[in-house]
Amino acid sequence: MSDLAHDAAVDLGHPEQESTGVENRKLGMWVFLSSEFLFFGALISTYLLYSNRAGFQGTYPAEVYDIPFTSVSSFVLLMSSLTMVLAHNALSGNDQNGARTWLFATAALGAIFLAGQVFEFTEFIVEAGMTLSSNPAASAFYVLTGFHGAHVAIGVIMLLSLWGMSRRKEGLSERQGMNLELVGLYWHFVDIIWIIIFTVVYLLSIRPA
Amino acid sequence: MTATAERPQTTIFRRPSSTTGFWSWITTVDHKKIGIMYGYAAFVFFILGGVEALLLRIQLAQANAEFLTAGAYNALFTMHGTTMIFLFVMPVGAAFMNYLLPLLIGARDVAFPRLNALSWWIFLFGGIFLYSTFIFGTSAPPVGIDGVGGNLPAGGGPGTFNFLADSPNGGWFGYQPNAGPFYSAGTAMDYWALGLQILGLASLISSINFIVTILNMRAKGMRLLRMPVFVWMSTVVAFLLLFSLPIIAVALFMVMFDRQFGSLFFQPVGGGDPVLWQHLFWLFGHPEVYVLILPAMGIVSEVLPVFSRKPLFGYSAIVFAGAAIGFLGFGVWAHHMLASGITPVAQAAFGLATMTIAIPTGIKIFNWIGTMWMGRIQLKTPMLFAIGFIAMFTIGGLSGVIHSIVPSDWQQTDTYFIVAHLHYVLFGGSIFGIFAGMYYWFPKLTGRVMNDKLGKLHFWLMLIGFNLTFAPMHWLGLQGMIRRTWKYAPESGLEPWNVAVTIGAFIIALSIAVFMFNWYNSRRRGEASGLDPWDARTIEWMSPNPTPEYNFAVPPVVIRLDHFWHLKYDQDEDGRAVPKADKDEILAQIEDEQLNPVVPIQLPNPTYFPIVMALGIPIVFYGIIYHTTLWGKALIVIGVIISLAALIGWGMEPLEEPHEESESDAEIATVGGEEAGIAEGAGEDADV
Ligand code: HEM
Ligand SMILES: [Cu+2]
Repeated sequence: MSDLAHDAAVDLGHPEQESTGVENRKLGMWVFLSSEFLFFGALISTYLLYSNRAGFQGTYPAEVYDIPFTSVSSFVLLMSSLTMVLAHNALSGNDQNGARTWLFATAALGAIFLAGQVFEFTEFIVEAGMTLSSNPAASAFYVLTGFHGAHVAIGVIMLLSLWGMSRRKEGLSERQGMNLELVGLYWHFVDIIWIIIFTVVYLLSIRPA
Repeated sequence: MTATAERPQTTIFRRPSSTTGFWSWITTVDHKKIGIMYGYAAFVFFILGGVEALLLRIQLAQANAEFLTAGAYNALFTMHGTTMIFLFVMPVGAAFMNYLLPLLIGARDVAFPRLNALSWWIFLFGGIFLYSTFIFGTSAPPVGIDGVGGNLPAGGGPGTFNFLADSPNGGWFGYQPNAGPFYSAGTAMDYWALGLQILGLASLISSINFIVTILNMRAKGMRLLRMPVFVWMSTVVAFLLLFSLPIIAVALFMVMFDRQFGSLFFQPVGGGDPVLWQHLFWLFGHPEVYVLILPAMGIVSEVLPVFSRKPLFGYSAIVFAGAAIGFLGFGVWAHHMLASGITPVAQAAFGLATMTIAIPTGIKIFNWIGTMWMGRIQLKTPMLFAIGFIAMFTIGGLSGVIHSIVPSDWQQTDTYFIVAHLHYVLFGGSIFGIFAGMYYWFPKLTGRVMNDKLGKLHFWLMLIGFNLTFAPMHWLGLQGMIRRTWKYAPESGLEPWNVAVTIGAFIIALSIAVFMFNWYNSRRRGEASGLDPWDARTIEWMSPNPTPEYNFAVPPVVIRLDHFWHLKYDQDEDGRAVPKADKDEILAQIEDEQLNPVVPIQLPNPTYFPIVMALGIPIVFYGIIYHTTLWGKALIVIGVIISLAALIGWGMEPLEEPHEESESDAEIATVGGEEAGIAEGAGEDADV
């Protein structure tokens, strides 16, 4: 019995599991991500509610955005989705070296994105004087993008642990191959959320008159 | 016998292997053990919440009483409501689902046994975290801004007992800014907000687990529309949780940031909008009330047909009505906010949307009555509770429809009329349904039946006590007694009925004592149940009582709805059920087959990691509450390290230890299918 089948199907001792034909962990990840959409949905709605409400004290997020800078870091994150696909592809073709390289590249791009976010936050706080307590719009901005950043950070940690495993001499097995697919799903999700955030929070925000 | 007893190898430290005794419970990943632990823990919280309610009632039994201070009263109703909802009805629902879902769909466990253990431990630690507010929490008078308002009079107000006043006191829905940093200074509301956050995490994990279990783990032939109604209602509950918990998580995080880190989401002083809290809370809160009632609806849908000796009337109508309730449940949240100043158009829209919920609910009620109609009804205890459920829930549902008429609601909101309504649906509904289930499935836990005489005593005491407690609240509310008041004037004329209410509350307490005695006693001395004590319809009764560790030695192959029933009964020309001539032999054969696995059955091994991982979480949250101090920061770090270490250990430990003889269960399953003579046409049903 293969490793994969062992872990997935024999989970419970029934051979005819996966009535849906989708492996348990993968289905679980899909279900989890559908919940995450509402998590970010609530945060983005809150931001939209406050971002263009007139009359707040202090700096509005829309006043301090550095769109060219954030465009570049968004591009970096987008590219990491590409490298993730390449890693997955390599592993399907049993190209351990390729998988290892692309995994590392994905983690590195994620880390660069995070560094960009840290830089951006410092700029906003130190240079522009917009803090979590400036006004509800600023609160919403930091908490929304902060939670997204936390998701990216968790993704980077998962990628790095996969990368670490891929360096063992047996490489990534089928079992971890499944893990790579799961991490990939998560990673693409985090990317998609960022595309939404970049569009509606950064590009479409206007400072109220 | 099962292969779980042998001592497995392990990766980091020796893997636990006990199957009985204390450590077997700590390390178990067996859905049945987890379900039992959920049930007992929830019941402990039920008693705590009940004692809190009795204290409230003692205070209100007399006009102008000075038993509790206002501060203590606020704390007690907040903890009572929070406990009953998040620490009793929700986890007891989880207890039923854990224990029953795999049995009802013919599986050996849930899809992710270790995650299941994780969510149980997170729940337990979350509950303890919340209750630790009684020890550590503080609740100071309002600070900053104007220094007035808030929910605590200076010194807690006049009264004898102020001992619990340092606990969360913002009500179970924690309205802002009352529960925010300025009007509820001190840490009590932090314990509340962060405690609910932990409990939400536990529910989220188990809802994912249950969805995958139901979709993926069904026995051969268990098509979606052959699943018992309880499974269907659990599916709806899991999806409701899946989509509503992230919303309350966000809202609670915002409260945390407001209270701990100076953000201004809900604080009007900085331009924040308190009504946003209400929207986010009720976007979760209304689906939540279906989370509380749907499991009970599932239970009575199982109990009624069995004791009416008839199939469930309108199975698919009940299933679809349940799903419809789930969908509509996301579109009616603002009926809790009709007095909050939302626009008239919104009021009308939400009022109308709310009325539409009465349609699927009505469908269900008629179907249940239709099930009993012309049935040969056996008034055993589970059936009494199921009938009690229908009657009491209908009363609560009717007062609910009245709330959806906006001008009428303006009169009722924040009065005892609301308190009456919510208890008719929650207590008369959920709790009656839950007790029906407890009596009904008790044999699966113990192999014994609960005493029927004591059960009936419990039922009648509870029914009388319940109505004496909550029916008068309708007219008390209409007479103007406001909700959450700790005092009323003697000249208001409210006292006589309040005395009746308090007497009723103590009768309920008595009935619960009868139940506990019965439970305790029947575990040892109850009559042996055998395989099929109720002549039941669904396949969980094809596994012996008490349920063996592996559930089914031979997973059933399901060929139709009420599969088990059709193994025992044929139909005559008029469509009446007639027992098969060899019914007793069939039952004996099933029991024998299920008790004696042909080949060893491999089950997931016990593990330490879920409990360790769960332990890190409340430590982090304690750290957040005290994050301004050094040791608070230290707690955060320690908690993260504990959880991460457990995560790594978890990742390296296989679910099941590798096994010498790797017989595949396929053999067993096929053998069983053939033996039961039902192999044909049943194999290809992996439909969704
Ligand atoms: C012994 C049975 C019970 C009694 C005597 C009782 C009594 C009370 C009382 C006196 C209040 C406070 C009303 C006020 O001051 O506004 C209350 C509130 C409440 N109860 Fe119960 N209750 C009982 C059982 C339950 C159960 C089983 C549930 C839920 C399943 C429940 C849920 C609630 C909720 C949600 C509130 C509102 C709390 C709030 O205002 O924040 N109760 N109950
Ligand atoms: Cu509602």
